Amino acid sequence: MDSSSADSFNIRDFLRLDMFPHFLCPGCGHGIAMRALLWAIYELEIPKDKLAIVSGIGCSGRIGAYIDANTFHVTHGRPLSFASGLALARPDLNVIVITGDGDCLAIGGNHMIHACRRNLNMTCMMLNNEVYGMTGGQASPTTSEARYTTTSQSGCIEPVFDACALATAAGASFVGREVTIHLPDLKDLLRQGLAHKGFSFIEVLSDCTEVFGRKNNLGESPEMILSQKSRMRPSSYGSVDGNIVDEPFRANTLPTGILSRNERPEYGDTYRKHAADIRALKSGK
Amino acid sequence: MSGKGNHKDLQGNHACALGAIAAGCKFFAGYPITPSSEITERMSVELPANDGIFIQMEDEIASMGAVIGASMGGVKSMTATSGPGFSLKQENIGYAAGAEIPCVIVNVMRGGPSTGMPTRPAQGDLMQARWGTHGDHQVIVLTPDSVPEIFTETIRAFNLSEALRVPVIILFDEILGHLVETVEIPNPDTLDLKTRKFAKGPREDFKPYGETKDMVPPMARPGDGYRTHTTGLTHWEDGFPTQIPAQVERMTHRLSGKMIKHRQIIESWEAIDCEDAEIIICTIGISARAARQALKPARKKGIKVGLFRPITLWPFPEQAFKDVTKSAHTILIPEMNGGQLILEIQRLCGDAVRLVGLNRMDGEPIEPEEIETRIKELAKIG
Ligand code: SF4
Repeated sequence: MDSSSADSFNIRDFLRLDMFPHFLCPGCGHGIAMRALLWAIYELEIPKDKLAIVSGIGCSGRIGAYIDANTFHVTHGRPLSFASGLALARPDLNVIVITGDGDCLAIGGNHMIHACRRNLNMTCMMLNNEVYGMTGGQASPTTSEARYTTTSQSGCIEPVFDACALATAAGASFVGREVTIHLPDLKDLLRQGLAHKGFSFIEVLSDCTEVFGRKNNLGESPEMILSQKSRMRPSSYGSVDGNIVDEPFRANTLPTGILSRNERPEYGDTYRKHAADIRALKSGK
Repeated sequence: MSGKGNHKDLQGNHACALGAIAAGCKFFAGYPITPSSEITERMSVELPANDGIFIQMEDEIASMGAVIGASMGGVKSMTATSGPGFSLKQENIGYAAGAEIPCVIVNVMRGGPSTGMPTRPAQGDLMQARWGTHGDHQVIVLTPDSVPEIFTETIRAFNLSEALRVPVIILFDEILGHLVETVEIPNPDTLDLKTRKFAKGPREDFKPYGETKDMVPPMARPGDGYRTHTTGLTHWEDGFPTQIPAQVERMTHRLSGKMIKHRQIIESWEAIDCEDAEIIICTIGISARAARQALKPARKKGIKVGLFRPITLWPFPEQAFKDVTKSAHTILIPEMNGGQLILEIQRLCGDAVRLVGLNRMDGEPIEPEEIETRIKELAKIG
């Protein structure tokens, strides 16, 4: 499909309309990320019946309920473990995990690195808004230094996680990052991640206007997503000295687009082949 | 040999794994921990050979999550653990209880608290098995006392879990896990296996948590066209979150109601020599083995003693217990903990009978002689 799909894509076809109005705050970036995801699903023509969305706890985790698919809203930090069982047991399903920076990198950090290592076929969309929104705005592993949150009232003193670097180092076979302001680019990245065979990790820079933006005087949604845009560094800019862990605010230092990709064996395929060999050996006896 | 099946000498942990395979288990996720690792190891051999999936996860929490995830996909699933691992699984066990996802959890008990005694037996998790996860919730807990019974109770665990959409916990201790006994592996055709009801009919009419006659709604399988929502939040019949008191009330009532409604198939117990018994021993698992041995010598001495052994520990078979203990003036409760089962007996008996605990928490089993001696003392007091 080409870009003209913007006209034929009707988000309503993918939503549980009777669940509306939704609970997201005005200006929250999560809605844009959901739109991009559904648009990518539309372009790939994934049947809704074969779509399994597993989400964790937090504002990110709640958006699954609005999507007309098989949706599973599970425990805090654990969506990747539930999704691993589901994807292995049902390789016919297209499994997508929606998680947040706290859900994925703090309480779920162990599951995240091992999901990357295992390379089971699924797509993990991590919405990074630097904060625990649902519980009232506490600091997360991606809260930039000096940012104010309800648990860092005089400015956060911890360094951040670079989720994509972590995913790459842990072995994810598709890693990418995008911001919400570039909706078609985000859709394209998600589409490629969904089409990739193996574990795809996609970080979306989202904005929490209500409990993070306000607390840090970052303005409304437009100002917040524009400042995210200024941090972007698409691969066409070439590489950069320094890293996002040390310099969270420097312009054009945040790599975006596809950051790493390889075609190593997918775990489900490997397991099934291994099991078939065992059965053949057994019946040969 | 009865000729009905195969006889195998197995340790309890292996009998558990083979029971799961016989029950139709097709997914196991686990994490190494003593003294239950042999279940995980055996499943890693059996499942690939039986069209199933085995995965060793990164931790106990992930194992429980993967098991629930596979079950949500429509597959019979199990995990096994011990001590600290059982504590870690509690969060997701609560999810399975709330969202009504069938699954089987084995806990091979070892000494605690904390790391405790990984290679020594204990019965310290009786209350944790019932109440380990937060909030009011329903689980079934089975406590076999022999290797053959571990095999059959594992099958029953799957059947109950599937029929009632409830997590079922199998509880035994290190000794039973490693004890080798002969198990009759039945011909698969002779087994009565239950599988959950899957949703059928038009999507518009289907309510994932709707009222049904048996109080156990059918499950929608992803891919079958129902596209339902499953959540750990308190939910209404449609599966979506609710906090409306009347709805919450009805949903929580159904969860406990289904357990009451199906008590007959859930409850299981053994009563030996209880008809005229004045002293009744009430105990489970390996301690019941010791109690059984103590019965004969005591009876020979003319002491009217019997044994009541809950095989389903939770929900406790209380009517059977009340009926059986009618003539007793004393109930002796041997258990390898500081006194957990005795709390339930106290609840049921009040001050009507004398309750005596016999407790060991030193990593050693309770010996038949200890029980026999205590019976004699109690008979003397009258
Ligand atoms: S609290 Fe923040 S993250 Fe949550 S919905 Fe509101 S704006 Fe979005």
